[in-house]
Amino acid sequence: MFEKKSSMRTTYGKELVNLGKKYDDIVVLDADLAKSTKTELFKKEFPDRFFDMGISEADMVVTAAGLASVGFKPFCSSFAIFLTGRVYDQIRNSIAYPHWNVKLVASHAGISVGEDGASHQMVEDVSLTRVIPGMTIISPSDSTMVKNLMEKIYHYDSYLYMRLSRNDVFDIYPENINFEIGDSYIHKIGKDLTIISTGQMVARSLEAKFELEKEGIDVGVVDMYTIKPLDTKTIDKILNTSKGILVCEEHSYIGGLFGAVSEYVVRKHPVPVDFVALEDVFGESGKVEELFEKYSLDTKSIINKGKKLYDRI
Amino acid sequence: MNVQKLKEISKKARIDILKMVYNASSGHIGGAFSAIDIMVYLYFHKMNYSLENYQDNTRDRFILSKGHASAALYTCLAYKGIVPENDLLSFRKINSSLQGHPSRKLTKGVETSTGSLGQGLSFANGVAIGLKLKKINSRVYVMIGDGEINEGQIWEALMTSIRYKLDNLRIILDYNHLQIDGFIEDIKDPKPTKEKFESFGFETFVMDGHNFQEIDETFTKADQVKNKPVFIIANTIKGKGVSFMENNVDFHGNPPTKEQYEKALAELLNV
Repeated sequence: MFEKKSSMRTTYGKELVNLGKKYDDIVVLDADLAKSTKTELFKKEFPDRFFDMGISEADMVVTAAGLASVGFKPFCSSFAIFLTGRVYDQIRNSIAYPHWNVKLVASHAGISVGEDGASHQMVEDVSLTRVIPGMTIISPSDSTMVKNLMEKIYHYDSYLYMRLSRNDVFDIYPENINFEIGDSYIHKIGKDLTIISTGQMVARSLEAKFELEKEGIDVGVVDMYTIKPLDTKTIDKILNTSKGILVCEEHSYIGGLFGAVSEYVVRKHPVPVDFVALEDVFGESGKVEELFEKYSLDTKSIINKGKKLYDRI
Repeated sequence: MNVQKLKEISKKARIDILKMVYNASSGHIGGAFSAIDIMVYLYFHKMNYSLENYQDNTRDRFILSKGHASAALYTCLAYKGIVPENDLLSFRKINSSLQGHPSRKLTKGVETSTGSLGQGLSFANGVAIGLKLKKINSRVYVMIGDGEINEGQIWEALMTSIRYKLDNLRIILDYNHLQIDGFIEDIKDPKPTKEKFESFGFETFVMDGHNFQEIDETFTKADQVKNKPVFIIANTIKGKGVSFMENNVDFHGNPPTKEQYEKALAELLNV
C-alpha cells in the first residue's frame, strides 16, 4: 500500500536548521547522540547555538530550562529512553513545574530501535510524560508531518515532548496537509470500527483497514498524532458512529494512547475498546519487522484484533 | 559596604524565619540560618537586583538550589518589596504564594522552582550560558548545599560550568556539615573539598559564611577571575544564631516547640 520511506529524525534535523536560519533565539542541546538524533545538522550550521552536554541528560534538560529563562527557545534531543525515563524528575520539577518553554524531541522511541535491545527500547515514554501536569505530547506518523509541525512546535508557548522513530517510516501524507498541535487527522470514521493509531502504527493501520474492508467490515482510521491534550472532539465523532475502537501504538498498553482513549471513552459513552500495543513486557534484540511480528504489532495483528473486536460488537 | 545594616537585616530575617517555621509548624530553620548571611549580602549589597529591575534580563540572579532554605529566600524578597512582607506568615499554609519549597509560578522573584536537589546548578549554568550568548554582563549566583552534592547531577553540572568557562557564575557551597541523616562526613564525605573543586578547574575560595567583611572580600576577588567559573566554599554553621540549634541536626526540618521558640526568639532579639 505504501512504498516510499523516509527518516523522521533526519527531517527533524533539517527543520531545526531551517528554523535556525529564521529565528536567532532557537538553541539546540544534545547528550552525545547528535549523530543519531540528527541535531548534528544544526550543530554544523550553528555551532554557537548548539550545546553538546555529553552523556548527562539530567544536566542537559535543566540547562535548557536556564536558557529558556533568559529568552531562548531550547530543543533538547536524545533517545526516548534517556530523554524521559532517566530524567523524569528533572522534566517534572525543573521544566514543567516552573513552566519553562523547553521542547523535548526524542528519537529511538519504541521497539523499532531494533538490535540494541530492551535497554534502549523505550515503550513507557508516553505514560511517563502524560502524567506530568500540562505536558503536550506529539507522536508523528510520517516525515511530512514532522516537517509540517516543526515551526508550530517552535512557536508553541509551552513545554512539549515529541517522540520519533529510529527506522525510516512510510510516507503517508502529501505536503499540502496542515497539521496542528492538539489535533488528529481523520482518514475515515468507520460505521463498525475505528482504529485510533499513532506513530508508525498509522501506516500499518491503514493497510489493515484495507484488508478488513474486504471482509465487509466498515473500518475507519484516525491518526492521533497529538496524544496530549487528547483530541476529544474527534473521539466524540467516533463515538457517535463507531461501535468499537481499536487503539494501535508502539508502546506499552499501560498508560499510553490506549490509556488516554480508554480514560475518555469510559466516562463519555462506553463502547468496546481494545489495543494493538506491547503487552506488559520488555522487548529484545532483532530486526524491526521481526520484532513487530513477534510482539504482535504488525498489520496481521491489527487485522486479527479488528476481527475479534468486530465479533464482539 | 554598611556591615551594621547587613547585620540588622540578617537579625530581622532570622527572627522572621523562626516565626514563619514556628507558625507553619514545619520548615527548615537550620539550613536557612546557615545560608541567610550570604543571601543578605547578595540581595542587599552585591547584586544588581531591585523591585524596579527584578524582571529585566539584565538583572543579577540568585538561584537557591538548596530549595529547602526557602524561608530565607522569602525574607530577602520581602525586604526587597517583591513579596509582600505581610505574606511571610502564610508560609507553607494552604492558598499561600509561599510554598514549602520555592515555586517560580507562585512567588515573584523566585528564579526557578527548586527543592528536588541537585538541579539548580544546571539551571544556573543555562542562565550563565544564555547571558553570554546575549552579551549581557550580569552575574549568576547559585547556592548549593553540602548534602546536595551527594546528587550526581551536581557533578555533571560542575563539568558544564568548566566546559563553558562561565566566569559570570559564582557557585556557593553552604558547607554546614549536616544533612537530614547526620554529619555529611558520616554519609558521603566530600573531603578533600577545596582540592576537589580546584581539580575540576574552578577558581576556588574559602570564606566564613557569617562574616560580612570576609564575604565581601571573597566576592570582590571573584570579580577579578576571567575565563573560568568561581567556586566558593562557605564555612557555615547550621542553625547559626540560636545556641541550641547550632550544629544540631534536629533543626534541619523540624519546627521548634513553643518553649524552644520563645527561647530562640529571646536569643535572637538580644543579638
